[in-house]
Amino acid sequence: MFNFIILIFIYTAIYSLLAMGQNVITGYTGMLSLCQAGFFAIGSYATALLSVKCGWNFWATLPVSIGLSALFGLIIGLPTLRLKGDYLCIATLGFGEIVRNILINWMSLTNGPNGVQRIPMVKIFGFAINPRSRNWQYLIFCAIWVLVCYLLFERLARSRMGRAMEAIREDEIAAASNGINVTKYKVAAFMLGAGVAGLAGSLQAELILSVMPSTYTFMLSVMVLCMVVLGGMGNFKAAIFGAFIIEVIDYLPKMLGLTSVLPPQFKQILFGLILVVMMICRPQGILGRQNNALRRSREAAK
Amino acid sequence: MNLLHTEGLTREFGGIIAVSNVDFEVEEGLITGLIGPNGAGKTTCFNNMTGLDTPTKGKVFFKVNGEDKDITGWPAYKICRLGIARTFQNIRLFKELTVGENIMVGCHFKTGKSPFSGRFANAVRSYVRMKDETEELYERTRKWMEFFNLAPFEYEAAKNLPYGQQRELEIARAMASDPKLLFLDEPAAGMNPNETEDLMKTILRIRNLGVTVVLIEHDMRLVMQICDNITVLNYGQKIACGTPNDIKHDPQVIEAYLGKEDEE
Amino acid sequence: MSFAEFFQHFINGVTLGGTYALIALGYTMVYGILGFINFAHGDILMVGAYIGLFTFNALRGSQDFGLWPTVAFFIAMVVSMVFCACLGMLTERIAYKPLRKATRLAPLLSAIGVSFILSNTAAWLWGTQSRRFPKPFEDQAISFGGVSVTPHQILILVVTVIMMVAMQLYVAKTRMGKAMRATSLDQDTARLMGINSDHVISLTFAIGSALAACGGILIALDFTCYPTMGTMTGTKAFVAAVIGGIGNIPGAMLGGVILGLLETFGVAILGIPTGMRDTIAFVALIIILLVKPEGILGKAEKEKV
Repeated sequence: MFNFIILIFIYTAIYSLLAMGQNVITGYTGMLSLCQAGFFAIGSYATALLSVKCGWNFWATLPVSIGLSALFGLIIGLPTLRLKGDYLCIATLGFGEIVRNILINWMSLTNGPNGVQRIPMVKIFGFAINPRSRNWQYLIFCAIWVLVCYLLFERLARSRMGRAMEAIREDEIAAASNGINVTKYKVAAFMLGAGVAGLAGSLQAELILSVMPSTYTFMLSVMVLCMVVLGGMGNFKAAIFGAFIIEVIDYLPKMLGLTSVLPPQFKQILFGLILVVMMICRPQGILGRQNNALRRSREAAK
Repeated sequence: MNLLHTEGLTREFGGIIAVSNVDFEVEEGLITGLIGPNGAGKTTCFNNMTGLDTPTKGKVFFKVNGEDKDITGWPAYKICRLGIARTFQNIRLFKELTVGENIMVGCHFKTGKSPFSGRFANAVRSYVRMKDETEELYERTRKWMEFFNLAPFEYEAAKNLPYGQQRELEIARAMASDPKLLFLDEPAAGMNPNETEDLMKTILRIRNLGVTVVLIEHDMRLVMQICDNITVLNYGQKIACGTPNDIKHDPQVIEAYLGKEDEE
Repeated sequence: MSFAEFFQHFINGVTLGGTYALIALGYTMVYGILGFINFAHGDILMVGAYIGLFTFNALRGSQDFGLWPTVAFFIAMVVSMVFCACLGMLTERIAYKPLRKATRLAPLLSAIGVSFILSNTAAWLWGTQSRRFPKPFEDQAISFGGVSVTPHQILILVVTVIMMVAMQLYVAKTRMGKAMRATSLDQDTARLMGINSDHVISLTFAIGSALAACGGILIALDFTCYPTMGTMTGTKAFVAAVIGGIGNIPGAMLGGVILGLLETFGVAILGIPTGMRDTIAFVALIIILLVKPEGILGKAEKEKV
């Protein structure tokens, strides 16, 4: 039971990273992207393949995984970001599916549907963190990452860059007429979101110690979107909070031993309901948007 | 001396000619009015001069350091950075952001002095050393809030302001980029006479700062009182240009506005 | 590649494209009127395929082929279309109508939610395994000088053409069609002219969903029925709508056929592995968005400032 609770927290941490990335893209810049799962997969596979096939250590694979995800964010972003939001949503959905398709079909590299097994554990100063037997250590390891990312993103929210992103969300044309290079900031938001998803992917690979394409489905992207919508768009605390709630919902049936009673699709149906109900009843999310960034940043500066 | 001028500016939308061969001139330091009946192509003209639209034919020149620079087809953000700011016919504020933040976005590109880095690099750097940048931008923001009497609403979301003040805020945001040239698209639309009176004073104060103003307006009293020069468009063509007094007595203008007198 | 071979792929591509076009119509109509992508459209297609399958199985009786199964097939198709029309109107009522004045993202998110609810409820009720849709008549290919056409390909073509023509006539000639066009141009003005735009929107969803049901059954005949069939098929149909020009009815048809041809020829000529077949649609989407974002038949529209 205790192990289970820790596992929920570990997942909360990993998914918080994904949700914060989504929040930069959707909550701040106002673009609906549906491919967090794709970037997540790229991060996971980068770590898995580099450490298994090339024998790299985790810390060496990490920059590659983040960089590669961000690079893919750039590649998918450049052609599509100049277009209207609705198209972006389909194009990103397509991208996520293409990534999964490639992972399944490129047998020689990814070992197809069976994935990559036996990923070496993370070592810190020669000390391996076993995510199974010492999962609380792994939790702390993940929590540090979340904290670091949270602080960085919070800072973004109050910086000029964050303000420019919010201006783009509110009114693209007005933003451009006020000297903001809209495309650049959109691509930047996309790369940030993708990069942090890559980091989450590496952590996921080190948690399970294996990767399989079936993890990185469209469903996962929707789940991440749900976290952001539930917590409140444009608020990084809310993204973490949303991740926690969704993870609890995800694991509650297992924890209470209800898996045999509830249909296996119960969670997904609930996620769907959350999206619809939240949009109708409380579109700003449970915690709402974090307003008055200017006041907060001025107070922080004092 | 011309601060901005166009040569043969033409914009077609799939066969419909919205602006046709317009030579528009804006004299530095003055207030220029752009008037004409609805659908005469005034806003299209503005859009083509501020980078939101690209002309089919013709050129737009803007004087930078005494030299005419061809800015035809430049993206809007670059034109803004060159010193041309604008407002919109139907107010386009960043509704969820506060009054202060709206203005601060207006001076978005004003910080960072490093000569070898782009604006974007500045944004990244500002992220790293947030404190100085915020203070620097805030100083500017405060100045403009005071200029437009918006300081009491600093932390209010823009969408909650009354209509007249939303207009003022939009002008404030445009002024925050320290423009040399300010385009106002129907600033008095929907205002009552008192608000219009205030707006006139504001525009004159802006001119007194040395900023050249171009405005599209239907309120003739405002146009005749504050404009130094007026250009009249009708069906996309320039039909007259001159001082308010000339325009008032121009037969073509009278015809465009009132129709031809019937010959009985 | 011989001429016969070429023609064979061509026929296959056109039939595949025909089903895409049917589904694309629903996207295009909703986009034309409400200006958002009805993400759940693909899942309505899936529901349509299942309802058609169940009705057909119930009616067919023991006979494998013959007159009655053929009649039963068409009855099943109508039943499924009616059911989906109601389902479409219901989702509009519950999930989209309250959001008409909300931000652009809101209906899109809500639609993703609906899509999730539908596909997973289907998986729960009907299981995740894929089911074969029995053919209503003998699928003996007819050969024309090396080109073989199956009766069910002919069925797809006939049904598609009938639906398209009916649709085009309906929108162009009838009063309700005129009301639809008016609403798509300007909802508020249409309302001032005495058009009940709520009705028009409901009707749009009903028609779009009925066509989706029809397309779903035809696709299921070709492949199989499974709860997530809607996501991919729906997305491809959306791509077809974009290629033709979203909001434009003939464009949806053209886009569907083009995409169908691209897919069959992509696999046949370029040797794209079947597993990567779905990728073709997305590459096509990105190319069209870059080259001509308004689509082949669409009109370029700029946001008014």
